[in-house]
Amino acid sequence: MKNKEVLFGLYNDEELLLSAVKNANEKHLDIMDVFSPFPVHGLDPLLGLSESRLHQAGFIYGAIGTLTAFLFMTWVFTRDWPIIFGGKPYWSVPAFIPITFELTVLFASIGMVVTYYAVNGQGPGVINPVLDDRITDDKFCIAFEINDADEDTIEQYKSFLSETGAEEVRTKTI
Amino acid sequence: MSAIVSPIREPLITGHKDYHQITEDICAPSERTPSTAWVIAFMVAVSFLGLGMFCILWTIWFGIGTWNLNRTIGWGWDITNFVWWIGIGHAGTLISAILLLFRQKWRTGVNRAAEAMTIFAVLCAALFPGIHVGRMWVVFYFFPYPNTRGPLWVNFNSPLLWDLFAISTYFTVSLLFWYTGLVPDFATLRDRASGLRKKLYSFLSFGWTGAAKHWSRFEALSLVLAGLATPLVLSVHTIVSFDFATSVIPGWHTTIFPPYFVAGAIFSGFAMVLTLMIITRKILKLEDYITIEHIDSMNKVILLTGTIVGVAYLTELFIAWYSGYIYEQFAFMNRVQGIYWWSYVGMMSCNVLSPQIFWSSKMRRNVTVTFFMSIFVNIGMWFERFVIIPTTLARDYLPSSWSYYSPTWVEIGIFLGTLGIFFTLYLGFTRVAPVVAIAEVKSILKTAGDQYTGENAKGGHHHGHDSVKEAAH
Repeated sequence: MKNKEVLFGLYNDEELLLSAVKNANEKHLDIMDVFSPFPVHGLDPLLGLSESRLHQAGFIYGAIGTLTAFLFMTWVFTRDWPIIFGGKPYWSVPAFIPITFELTVLFASIGMVVTYYAVNGQGPGVINPVLDDRITDDKFCIAFEINDADEDTIEQYKSFLSETGAEEVRTKTI
Repeated sequence: MSAIVSPIREPLITGHKDYHQITEDICAPSERTPSTAWVIAFMVAVSFLGLGMFCILWTIWFGIGTWNLNRTIGWGWDITNFVWWIGIGHAGTLISAILLLFRQKWRTGVNRAAEAMTIFAVLCAALFPGIHVGRMWVVFYFFPYPNTRGPLWVNFNSPLLWDLFAISTYFTVSLLFWYTGLVPDFATLRDRASGLRKKLYSFLSFGWTGAAKHWSRFEALSLVLAGLATPLVLSVHTIVSFDFATSVIPGWHTTIFPPYFVAGAIFSGFAMVLTLMIITRKILKLEDYITIEHIDSMNKVILLTGTIVGVAYLTELFIAWYSGYIYEQFAFMNRVQGIYWWSYVGMMSCNVLSPQIFWSSKMRRNVTVTFFMSIFVNIGMWFERFVIIPTTLARDYLPSSWSYYSPTWVEIGIFLGTLGIFFTLYLGFTRVAPVVAIAEVKSILKTAGDQYTGENAKGGHHHGHDSVKEAAH
């Protein structure tokens, strides 16, 4: 993969970050990404990030769990090995509810968590480049990609960052 | 963040913290050499764990006959301890999931440790069904896997099998939820560490960077997992109660069991969270994050659930009398005045009477009182399960088969062993992971930090120390 040249500014406060992102939108600057030590509310619409579709995926995984549990128990008790328990019908639906529910939750949870790490590009032992060690502590970061940017654009980015209150402006190749 | 701050809310973070100070305070315990107190506690816990392992091996080697169970009383300390531990686990999920859905900010100070407690308690609980079957080397028969005996399937209509599914699902979902929340905090530790620690936390933090889209997904995932965990936690103890309620034993065969068990589980779990939190905040110096306000809130839950449990006890007695059914009446009279009357007294006094002192806000905010109360509640809830299980079984249908049960040293040893497992894991956890959710505490700082709330909030944000002092006078 090609190395990325990144210009980034570090802010001290999430309110500064939010107003900086608003400012960047007005100037039509192309922000590569924003990093923060905790979720900053109100940032997603400014960055044009759409709502995560994880919950839709979760619904599908859950439905698979429901069907797996219910159809499997139905198959076992009506086709594969029918046994009468306590004089009840073979297909005793109310008794299937607890396990059907549990497997719905189990499938939805595991599916969503696996999907979440997959789309984030994260997982056990994965190492992603970190722009600055203090981003997970108390700094809020706006980053621009400057691989193909000309001198003017880079200058524009730099002045934008310092004007909007970035405490430090640096470049890093990741 | 344009924070909406209520002037009457008490601060949940004290000591005028800023973001960096929060990181420093919460990371500190896992970055310094363990204190002598920790080392001693850990050694004691590991000794108990060792005792427990020995007693489990003893049970495996000589068989279940090393326990004092008999033909009449087939469930004793094993299932009592199982229900006790699984109940304790419930508070963690309640705090992390239900309070997230209700947007209760005080959950952030305690959710991490409470979820850890859930996972360790469920592990201890899951041990008992495994060993009480006697031949634990064929315990995999529990699972419906294609086998060469037909395949002969397990009985999907049995509450005991529902329990297996409920508990394994509960454990898995709790673990996923907990770990997902830990990843950003492991990244914080990674970015502060060097050498081997850096490698360890790089592995554990899954390559977290804090990108906006990742946080957005993180919040979406947390919300849905909370939404799934909430009915799950209610279902788990409901299904545990089905183990009893679907049987035809007078005293067990009651429809009140599911809500009564769930309330009892939350009650005992909060007590255990309080026991752990009071020690943790003191030893790890986290009083600014786990404040008196947190303890007060948890004591309110204790009071509420303790009273619900009390109402359930009285309802049971009333319904037994009102039913006009002598076997039911006998079962309950036997609980109150039978051979195990002392366990009924222990249950009533610890669970119903003693929490009533929490009507007083002075008591709710007194750390010493709360600590002893939390121990009482744990003892009381253990007695409750003992009352339900051996007391009921000891006096069954035929007086000729009536019996008495007291544990052997092996059963006591296994119980002490589970306490050892629990505390070994918890103490290990306090060394490896941040015991307070760093990112979550930071996200509520501007709405719940003491420099932003109450009197101090009126003049706007960013007061220095001097103006805060002035405002206080």
